[in-house]
Amino acid sequence: MDILRKEKKLLALEGELERLDDAKAVEGIRQTIESYKEQAMTTLTAWDRVLLARHPLRPNAYAYIESVFDGFIELHGDRNFADDRAIVGGIGFLKGEPVTVIAQVKGSCTEENIACNFAMAHPEGYRKALRLMKQAEKFNRPVITFIDTPGAYPGIGAEARGQGEAIARNLFEMSDLSVPIIAIVIGEGGSGGALAIGVGNRVYMLENSIYSILSPEGYASILWKDASRAKEAAEVMKLTSYDLEELGIIDGIILEPPFGAHHEREEVFQAVKQTLIDTLNRYRTMSHFDIKTERYAKYRNLGFFQRFNYEHLKGVVE
Amino acid sequence: MKRDLLKDAYARRRLRRPHIEPPPAPGKDKMLTPDVPEGLYEKCPACKTTFPQKDVLANKMVCLSCQHHFRIRAVDRILMMTDADSFVEKGFGYITLNPLFQEGYDQKIHQYKKQTGLDEAYVYGYAEIRGEPCIIGVMDSYFMMGSMGSVVGEKVTKSIEYALYKKLPLVLFTASGGARMQEGIYSLMQMAKTSGAIRKMHRQGLLYISVMTHPTTGGVTASFASLGDIILAEPQALIGFAGPRVIEQTIKQSLPEGFQTAEFLLEKGMIDKVVHRHALRETLYRLLNMHRRVEF
Repeated sequence: MDILRKEKKLLALEGELERLDDAKAVEGIRQTIESYKEQAMTTLTAWDRVLLARHPLRPNAYAYIESVFDGFIELHGDRNFADDRAIVGGIGFLKGEPVTVIAQVKGSCTEENIACNFAMAHPEGYRKALRLMKQAEKFNRPVITFIDTPGAYPGIGAEARGQGEAIARNLFEMSDLSVPIIAIVIGEGGSGGALAIGVGNRVYMLENSIYSILSPEGYASILWKDASRAKEAAEVMKLTSYDLEELGIIDGIILEPPFGAHHEREEVFQAVKQTLIDTLNRYRTMSHFDIKTERYAKYRNLGFFQRFNYEHLKGVVE
Repeated sequence: MKRDLLKDAYARRRLRRPHIEPPPAPGKDKMLTPDVPEGLYEKCPACKTTFPQKDVLANKMVCLSCQHHFRIRAVDRILMMTDADSFVEKGFGYITLNPLFQEGYDQKIHQYKKQTGLDEAYVYGYAEIRGEPCIIGVMDSYFMMGSMGSVVGEKVTKSIEYALYKKLPLVLFTASGGARMQEGIYSLMQMAKTSGAIRKMHRQGLLYISVMTHPTTGGVTASFASLGDIILAEPQALIGFAGPRVIEQTIKQSLPEGFQTAEFLLEKGMIDKVVHRHALRETLYRLLNMHRRVEF
């Protein structure tokens, strides 16, 4: 039974709880709910987390921006071609300190989703993000990014305007930005589209978010020629927050309530806010050079391989 | 002591050079190497004409009638572009591991190693192009479609760092299907790593020429391939971020003729120049020569 069905059952039980007034029955149902929650905490599979990360009720980046930052002002456009609604950027106060916020936004209903293209950005979106990052560098503001995208948009216009170049340019410039960048994966983090705003000094993930090189469906269809084996693919791809923390890709996990962030929104927002404040405190005393170096070193050392060491040849081969 | 040892190793390697041993031609997978026995014929995938292999080889693996550029191997590319005996390979000894314990990945790598005689899909080293010294890096699309895993990413970064250390220009021939799926998130992170290294090079004022060959897609296009100071491409090379099949599936209509080719990108202003393979060596020489560093 996957997590969505469990969730439905939980909601049904909670509905029943409101209707009942028999104390004994209420107690019984309470216990069932508790046990359900505990189960959900301990026995989530990778596929469950994929489902939760894509949950239609999951708070989107706008929700985070609204409650984490004060006085947020959205800034539009890449000064070049258009304004991409899939990526939102602007300036807001985080506990009294101005920060630049860049986020990929999924809509909360169909119309919104069409307007923001299901958070799949075009090159102009990435160029807008880069423009705002450069602006942040000029005014010495930290950059905070929220990642939530299935990937960069694959379309004719996007290719013609240089999707690859836009992402590459972002990676290029972000590796040398003199202000701290903090990235938080709040839902799906898909491939280059996610990395293009995710080269952070610190990268955090919500517990039930995913971050991977491509979607489990894509993985299954490329490697096994069968998109319906996505569930199986999710298990072997190591895309959950816990796996990625173990692999050393991310720096921390922000915990969620059982059954996902949409059940206790405020709690999650507060946790995110606290994490951001704590992390930014680290960078308050760091020099620009140190900030750059820290980020460069972080990505320079990522990789998993071995190298034959010529020191071992000493005295063995002439 | 360590340096001497390395020097020796390099010297030995140099002696053994151009023999990155080509594979015994495997049954199904057709290899375009100069070592295929004589009398074999080469069929052009574009115009479907058949030519004797040695004629095609003499024509730098370009179709004699329609000028279609065949995919070529890294070794051939190096032999074609650099001065005889000037290439010294660097950065060998990398071993690809299986970080996510994917089933069948080890065997696949082993198979490709045997087929191509390479350690990985990328070869780099010092070379001279008509006397102009440079660091040259070549991706081999016959090694698992030239996909970028941890080792390729590391070697690309190393070649950039080597160019930085030697203060020499870097010429990079890309040919890749993108990031390597089997290494998952590690492959993705190579994009950030290589782009960051290019940024360092940029600061030092060194020239980086990226030559896109067929095919350059996915994570490689979205990182170091698109970041060249000068971006060249071979005619009709497929260059793009998303593959044509993925785009067709997404927009649910067929793509226009010539979409994502080098000429298309030239028209859209994404690359500097489309250069025929016969003129590539001369073009690279001229560009390198123009960027020669003058000591004041």
